[in-house]
Amino acid sequence: MTSRRASVLRLAALLCAAALSAACTREPAGTTLKFWTIGREGEVVAQLLPEFERAHPGVHVRVQQIPLTAAHEKLLTAFAGDALPDVAQIGNTWIPEFAALGAVEQLQGRVTDSSVVRQDDYFPGIWDTNVIDGKLYGVPWYVDTRLVFYRTDLLAQAGFAQPPRDWDEWRRAMAAIKQLGGEKKYAVFLPLNEFEPLLGLALQQSDPLLRDHASYGNFESPGFRRALAFYVEMFRNGWAPPMSNTQISNVWDEFSHGLFAFYITGPWNIGEFKRRLSADMQDKWNTAPLPGPDGPGAGAAGGSSLAIFHSSTNKQLAWELTEFLSSVPNQQRFYELTGDLPARRSAWDDPALAGEGYARAFREQLERAKPTPKVPEWERIAQEMQLMADRVIRGGVAPDVALRDFDAVTDDILAKRRALLVKSSVP
Amino acid sequence: MNKPVANKSALNKHYVPWTFVGPALLALGVFFALPVFAALLLSFTDFDLYALADSKNLRVVWLDNYIEVLRTPLFWKALLNTLYFVVVGVPLSIGVALGAALLLNSPLARAKAFFRTALFAPYVTAVVAVALIFRYLFHTRYGLINYGLEYLGFAPIDWLGDPHWSMPAIILFAVWKNFGYNMIILLAGLQSIPIELYEAARIDGASGWRQFRHITLPSLRPVLLLVAIITVAGYFQLFAEPYVMTRGDPLQSTVSVLYYMFQQGFEWWNLGRATAIAFLLFALTFFVTRLLLWFARRHGEET
Repeated sequence: MTSRRASVLRLAALLCAAALSAACTREPAGTTLKFWTIGREGEVVAQLLPEFERAHPGVHVRVQQIPLTAAHEKLLTAFAGDALPDVAQIGNTWIPEFAALGAVEQLQGRVTDSSVVRQDDYFPGIWDTNVIDGKLYGVPWYVDTRLVFYRTDLLAQAGFAQPPRDWDEWRRAMAAIKQLGGEKKYAVFLPLNEFEPLLGLALQQSDPLLRDHASYGNFESPGFRRALAFYVEMFRNGWAPPMSNTQISNVWDEFSHGLFAFYITGPWNIGEFKRRLSADMQDKWNTAPLPGPDGPGAGAAGGSSLAIFHSSTNKQLAWELTEFLSSVPNQQRFYELTGDLPARRSAWDDPALAGEGYARAFREQLERAKPTPKVPEWERIAQEMQLMADRVIRGGVAPDVALRDFDAVTDDILAKRRALLVKSSVP
Repeated sequence: MNKPVANKSALNKHYVPWTFVGPALLALGVFFALPVFAALLLSFTDFDLYALADSKNLRVVWLDNYIEVLRTPLFWKALLNTLYFVVVGVPLSIGVALGAALLLNSPLARAKAFFRTALFAPYVTAVVAVALIFRYLFHTRYGLINYGLEYLGFAPIDWLGDPHWSMPAIILFAVWKNFGYNMIILLAGLQSIPIELYEAARIDGASGWRQFRHITLPSLRPVLLLVAIITVAGYFQLFAEPYVMTRGDPLQSTVSVLYYMFQQGFEWWNLGRATAIAFLLFALTFFVTRLLLWFARRHGEET
C-alpha cells in the first residue's frame, strides 16, 4: 500500500517536472515558426533556413516533414484538430480545398506590397492555380507539368528527326515506331492507373472540364470526346500497351529495352533517367512538349505552393519566410539541391538550369500550362476519370456509355457543391 | 436489531459492485458508447469538407449514405477483397496455429519455452515496422522470398505489383503476424485434454491420425470456436497491412472495407459516408459471428 502511494507521488512529481520543463524550454527560445513540408523537399529546405534564421534573430523555424502519401490527410486532420502549422508546402491542386475550409490566408495584399514576389515573373497558369474566385491563397514554390520523354534513336529509325508537335505528327510517328517494333513492342506508355496523360490531352481542348460554375461534369462535350478518342485510339491501334504502372516492374529498364518510345511523365524523371539509364542510353533520350491537337499543346499546371494558415499567430514572419524561399537566388539554390523546377521565370536564367537541355521542353510547356478545375472535389473526379478510361480500354465499354456514366458520377460528387451554390455560401 | 443490519448489507450489496465497475463503465461510456452513438448520428448526415468549414453546411440525409455506399462499385470490390482475405486467411491462420500448437505440445518437442516465445513474437511486433520489412521480403527483384522461389526453380512473382498476387502476399503476411496468438490459446486447449483419453486410444490401437480426429479435434471444439470468432472479427477489420504495403494498389485489389472507409473519411473527409461504411461492416461482422455460433450450436446438438 505504502509503496503504491509512493509510486503515485513519484509519478505526480514526474508529471509536474515534465510540465515545468516544457514551460521552461518554451520561454527563452523566442519565436518558433512551424513549417510543414512534403517529402524530400523538407530534407533539403533545412539547408536554406540557417540564412533566414540569421536574418531574424530569436526566430527558430521548425521544419516538419510529412510523407507525400500521408500529406493531404495529415493537413486536413490538423485543420480539424486545430493543429495546423504557421506555413506549409501544399500541392497546388489542394488549394481549392483549403480555401473552401477557410484554412488559408489571402495573400494578394502582401504580394502587392512585396518587393520580392512579383506576379509577372511567375508562369501564368501556375500562378492561376493559387487564385480561387479572384482571391490569392498561395505563392508557387516549385512547378511541374507532364510531358513526353522519348527515345531519339527509335524516332530517328522510324524516319523522324524531330519529336512530333501535333497529334497528326504524333500519330504518324507512333504508327511507324509500332511497325518497326512489331507485335511485342509499343510506341507510347500511358499507365492505365494514372489520370495525368488523359488529363493533359483534355486540358488542351477549349471546352472546360466542368460547366456551370464547375457544378456539373462537362465530359460529354466535343472537346473531351476528342481527347478521349485520341487516347483510346492509341490503345486500339496497339500503339500503347494496356498496362498499369504496377504491371511494369521497372519503367526505366523497359524504356531502355524499347518496349515503348514515348512516356508521359514529370520533371522528377529527368534525374531518374540520368541515374537509372545505362551510359550507352544517355544520348538516346530527350524531352518534348506534349503534342496538342494543332501544334504544341497545354499540360496540367502542377507543383507546390507555400500557403499561410489562418490560425497562425506569426503571419508576418510566415510571409517573410515565404518571401525568403521565393527570392530568385533561393529558387535557384533550391533547384540545384532538389532538381525541382523553379516557379519564377528569372530563376531559369541560373546557369545550371539554363544548361540543362532536358528542362527546356518543360520551360516551354510551363508557359502554356493550365490549371485543373478549382473545386475541392477535383481529385476524386480525376480518379473517376481514370476508372472511366480503364473501363473503356480494358473493360471494352463504349466511350459514349462510359462518358455518360462519368458525367453522372461527377454530377453526384458535385451535388453538395450545387446545393451550396444555390444557398451561395460558397461564392 | 437485525433489520438495520440487513438493510445496511442490502445497501452495500448495491453500492459495492457499482463502485467497482463504475470507473470502467464511465470510461467505456465516454470513450466507447458515446463516440459510437455519435458516429451513428453522423452516418445520417452528409458531414463533409464543407460541413467541416461551416457547420451550417451540414444536412440530415437519413439513409442516403447507406444507399449510396451500396450503389458504389468500389464498396463491393472492397467487400469481395475483404471476404477473400477472410475466407482464405482465417482457415490458413487457424491451421498454421493448430499445427504449431500440436508441434509444441508434442512430447518429442525440445526447447518448448524458446519456441513458444519465438513463434508468439510476431504477434507482439509493431505491424507497420514488420510490414515495411515484408515489403523488402516481397520485392520482385531483391526480395528474399523470390530468391528462395528462384532457388527452387520457380519464376519470380511480382508480389505487390500483380493484382493476382497482391492479396495472397497480404494474407501470407497477416497469417505470419497473427498465428502466434491463436497458437497460445490452442496450446492451452491441448494441454487441458486428459492424457488418459490418449492412453486408452493407444491401448485400443488407434493411429495418430485417428487420435487427432476423434480425441484432439472434438476436445478442442469450444476453443476452436472461440479462436474462429476472434480471428473472423479481426480479419474483417483488415487495414494496416494494405495501408502500409500497397495503399490499396494494384488496381484496387487490396482495398479492404476498412481501407475504403479510411479513404472516404480521412482522404476525402466524407465522414457521413465513412461512418455508414463502418456500420455496414459492423452489421456484416455481427451477422457472420452469429452464423458461426449458430453453426456451432447446431453441430453441437447433432453430436
